[in-house]
Amino acid sequence: MKCRVCRGPIVIELRQHNAAFCQEHFLKFCRDQVERTIHKFKMFEPGDRLLVAVSGGKDSLALWDILHELGHDTTGLVIGLGIGDYSDASTAATVAFAESRGLPLDQVSLRDDHGFDVPTAAEATNRVPCSSCGMSKRHIFDSHARNGGFDAVVTGHNLDDEAAVLFGNVVRWQKDYLARQSPVLPAGNGFPRKVKPLVRLGEREMAAYCVLRNIDYIVEECPMAEGNKHLAYKDLLNGLEVESPGAKRAFYFGFLERAADAFAADAEVPTKDDLGFCTRCGSPSAGEICSFCRLTEQVVSFTPRAKREPSSQ
Amino acid sequence: MQVRFRNPTREVTVEGPKTVDQLVQHLELNRESVLIIVNGTLLAGNGTLHDDDDIEVRSVISGGAR
Repeated sequence: MKCRVCRGPIVIELRQHNAAFCQEHFLKFCRDQVERTIHKFKMFEPGDRLLVAVSGGKDSLALWDILHELGHDTTGLVIGLGIGDYSDASTAATVAFAESRGLPLDQVSLRDDHGFDVPTAAEATNRVPCSSCGMSKRHIFDSHARNGGFDAVVTGHNLDDEAAVLFGNVVRWQKDYLARQSPVLPAGNGFPRKVKPLVRLGEREMAAYCVLRNIDYIVEECPMAEGNKHLAYKDLLNGLEVESPGAKRAFYFGFLERAADAFAADAEVPTKDDLGFCTRCGSPSAGEICSFCRLTEQVVSFTPRAKREPSSQ
Repeated sequence: MQVRFRNPTREVTVEGPKTVDQLVQHLELNRESVLIIVNGTLLAGNGTLHDDDDIEVRSVISGGAR
């Protein structure tokens, strides 16, 4: 096969597009896909201030690189989650990337700024780590965007992520989640606008983009994500993709184009009467205290098993 | 040929030469879930791997809370 654009030697085949590309035109393909997504879903305008949620992984660093290449005004935010060496390495990779491109990066430490970490939260709540991790990240990104005056929070969710979440929601017919599964969540009720410009690109493309751009991302997987059901869904969908190239794209974009509207009425959109503001942190909240502040209170007063003193005889 | 894996890090020996597609098939990998990185860059499916190449099989699947 030869490059679809210049007929030169290829570095990657994309069977879902029945195409192959040389390095130069693959990188351009990725940028074009992101630009097309931003435009099609009216994600943001040139000049908008964007807060990029970065983790040190391939998706968020590739996204940040592409947005910067496209000339957007970006600031990164990385959260230290306290997951041992993994979190330290993730933050270090993000800092190195930002410094290499002279990009502004904000940092929040769950432990230093909020008094707990993800492993302790998982133990205290007796729930899977991804639960408190996801809630903490959403809260911190939202409040940082609100306090910093950003126009949108930009996240690195890719096609595989969205297809896997859609698959999980369809398997269990989670109508409320299906109603909210969109690459754009508009601002409202104190929440910032949230957008996902990578939804036309898969994980393989994002990893390839990083390799070709010499982006030194964290290849290691989060040690606490083991057994996460979305990983199983991704495996299933990649099995389908081999048999039927383009299946993930058809599944996700077919949903957006032909089915999403049917679930819109099922969205549990809080009205102004439902939502007040957390009396502790000022975030929008259905109760007097928001879920993140309740989590913080629960975890900081919890003594991890490893630190408990043995009972006296 | 020596082939390196990440997560967890390990090495396997595979008889060469092979194309990238043949290696993926030989190792029974899902081509959608991995990249084959050769001497620090990408090699397409029909590219040939040699004994002295630095070959890495890198999983591209990530998960967890987003």
